[in-house]
Amino acid sequence: MARVVVDVMLKPEILDPQGQAVQRALPRLGFTGIADVRQGKRFELDVEGPVDDAALARIREAAETFLANTVIEDFTVRVEEAAK
Amino acid sequence: MTTRVGVVTFPGSLDDRDAQRAVRLAGAEPVALWHRDKDLHQVDAVVLPGGFSYGDYLRAGAISRFSPVMQSVIEQAKLGMPVLGICNGFQVLTESHLLPGAMLRNNHLHFICREQKLRVENAGTAWTRDYAAGQEIRIPLKNMDGRYTADARTIDELEAEGRVVFRYLDVNPNGSINDIAGITNAAGNVVGLMPHPEHAVEPLVGTGGTDGLGFFTSVLKQLVNA
Repeated sequence: MARVVVDVMLKPEILDPQGQAVQRALPRLGFTGIADVRQGKRFELDVEGPVDDAALARIREAAETFLANTVIEDFTVRVEEAAK
Repeated sequence: MTTRVGVVTFPGSLDDRDAQRAVRLAGAEPVALWHRDKDLHQVDAVVLPGGFSYGDYLRAGAISRFSPVMQSVIEQAKLGMPVLGICNGFQVLTESHLLPGAMLRNNHLHFICREQKLRVENAGTAWTRDYAAGQEIRIPLKNMDGRYTADARTIDELEAEGRVVFRYLDVNPNGSINDIAGITNAAGNVVGLMPHPEHAVEPLVGTGGTDGLGFFTSVLKQLVNA
């Protein structure tokens, strides 16, 4: 079964307080040298049947209307190497 | 004929009963609406209550927006039916694109629960006509994702058209742009805000204020005069 990954990230201009909190915690744990952290979401979609252009177009539509809120978020869609 | 105001219950709604009670205290008949039922049961207006519908999974309001009842609410709102979204209801309204913009996690990452002072900026909407423009009110605020945001063009448009209905006073509790607490659509029938007017309708309950009752008496007047 083919896997399609949708990554959703807050747009660069949107403040990400969760990412900031993670970034501030890193040096306390000894992980230095990390200038910025942005936190996002990853969706793994296991697709029945072939992942052709039509299937990808439907997934892009799902990402745009549902998985991401394009007022505040950007998304990318990519096909992952054959899973399982 | 009694005015019928529907209150939607989603899985995870918390304040639907309080909203129904506020509707009753204002003199209208509350009608319970179920998220899976497309039928609006001839209501004249709808309240989308606070809570954590669908556990706030994905994004607050994102899954509720596609529920059967919302398809009817969106359709009727576009035809002019008054709709009020409180807290999670406001989030549902932005996810439904009935109101512009979006809600983000509070900038300090804490859940907030306290009384909040607001200024009523627009007393011309279906839900604010019993207030005076510039009036200051105090109602409870309780949320995690209350930081209203939109692109600069949308904010300019909202400000220019007087569509910022409520602004936080004294302190901005979540980092929302321009201290925005609530907005309306261009027609003035759809209003969304983060604080909770339905928790401030009786002197004996909650913080003891009744500053929230005006939302519900406003829509009654709006409907009777319509």
